[in-house]
Amino acid sequence: MADKPLPAVAYLKIPDDGEPYLEGTRCGSCGATFLGERDNCSKCGARGRMEPVRLSNQGELYSYCIVHRSFPGIDVPYVSAIVDLEGGGTVKGNLIDVEPDPAKIDFGMPVDVVYDDALGRKDADGNSYLSYFFRPRAN
Amino acid sequence: MADAYIVGVDMIKFGRFPEKSVPQIGSEAALLALDDCGLSIQDMQALYCGNLGQASGMVGQRILQEIGQTGIPVVNVANACATGATAFREAWASVKADLYDIVLAVGVEQMGKGLLGGGGGSRGISKEGLLGSGTMPSVFAEAGMEHTRQYGTTFEQFAKVSVKNHHHSTMNPKAMYQIETPLETVMNAEMISYPNTKLMCSVNVDGSAAAVIASEKKARELGLMDRAVKVRASVLTSDPWQERDLVMPDVNTCTRKAAAAAYEMAGLGPDDIDLIELHDCFATAEILHYENLGLCGDGEAGRLIDDGDVALGGRVPVNVSGGLLSKGHPLGATGIANIYEVSTHLRGNAGQRQVEGARIGMTHVIGLGSACGIHILEAA
Repeated sequence: MADKPLPAVAYLKIPDDGEPYLEGTRCGSCGATFLGERDNCSKCGARGRMEPVRLSNQGELYSYCIVHRSFPGIDVPYVSAIVDLEGGGTVKGNLIDVEPDPAKIDFGMPVDVVYDDALGRKDADGNSYLSYFFRPRAN
Repeated sequence: MADAYIVGVDMIKFGRFPEKSVPQIGSEAALLALDDCGLSIQDMQALYCGNLGQASGMVGQRILQEIGQTGIPVVNVANACATGATAFREAWASVKADLYDIVLAVGVEQMGKGLLGGGGGSRGISKEGLLGSGTMPSVFAEAGMEHTRQYGTTFEQFAKVSVKNHHHSTMNPKAMYQIETPLETVMNAEMISYPNTKLMCSVNVDGSAAAVIASEKKARELGLMDRAVKVRASVLTSDPWQERDLVMPDVNTCTRKAAAAAYEMAGLGPDDIDLIELHDCFATAEILHYENLGLCGDGEAGRLIDDGDVALGGRVPVNVSGGLLSKGHPLGATGIANIYEVSTHLRGNAGQRQVEGARIGMTHVIGLGSACGIHILEAA
């Protein structure tokens, strides 16, 4: 078992010294931004031009839905959100600290990417995981 | 290239048949389509079979083991919810390419109940409910909410799609359900993923549909032109790169590309279409496709459903079969079942739900991941 939490997804990086962050890649040819690592660009087809890029922890809500029925053991309701990050990159995740009510959720609202334990979920070996969430940005 | 025609086409009544095998369910539609044109499996030169749940299970060959092992080539196709349309298109292409004179396309699916998508499969921990939701109701809810963001489309407008399609299905004996669902019933049904309630999600059913496609020469030889349906356009697209596509599947761009190509291939436009069977896997999706298929301008889809333009008797009736929302959505069969529906109207055989004077119709499916298949059909 690992002695510290593992990243919930490969594009979440946990440096030994420093804060966790989301990593993307950017195409050196056309500038397209992708989540995670890749070798080639699926926008322009450029090969071997992808560079890692540290994605912003600030973004805005692009779209969402409110999940009322999910698989057994998953707490509902919750807000599934699509967030556009400042400087490029789109990420999906849970929007927390909001009422799950469409009247309380505004398109375009500024959000911060925050990092926390993955809702207590552990893998078969008992490892804990670190995940990310979106939280409305306080003015 | 010479034209290709649908000469036989049919579907079984959709339902739940846990006691039957997938090839048995597929065989029923295959035989119905052959009966529709008075031919036998001995007359078929190739079989194109669409099925998703047993994609590695040689379903096409097993259908022949049920109805006649003639040794013809069999191609098994899987392409998400575009599976049936893709099998049909491969069959059509083989006739257009003059490889064969007459071929059979079958789509079949046996479904479980419950949510689709959002499953695990990856190492580590489950991401469902941790990194948003990957279930199909959620993915299509988010696509609908993008339309709400852009144009202010309301929950009520999305719900009206379901009211309309359930109403249409009361006139379709082959639909899974024949029940009216008033607006309050749809909006007050169990919320699955806002804004999609349970009645705004397609029904998981078992089903099959099949079509016999022939060259014009063969159709004339067999004396089958009087009920033939001409395939004016067949188009398949995948999802072109879009800014958010890898995180938030984009069902719009691949549909718009396919629609533009289909209209060009057929040499006509949206105003020429008399009826459409489009991919209402969720009520939110149907709204998007009114604009994607050019039935109205961008931002006008809400008004289209409000005004009844897309209901039976309206300007361009959409999903008069009841659609996936009420007829049911057996994934691999859907793309051929909607070809059966349009063909039935073009032949003037749709009974109570007949679109009067229908000459040209369109079918549309989306397989998430993504694939879009569009066909334009015309009475011969």
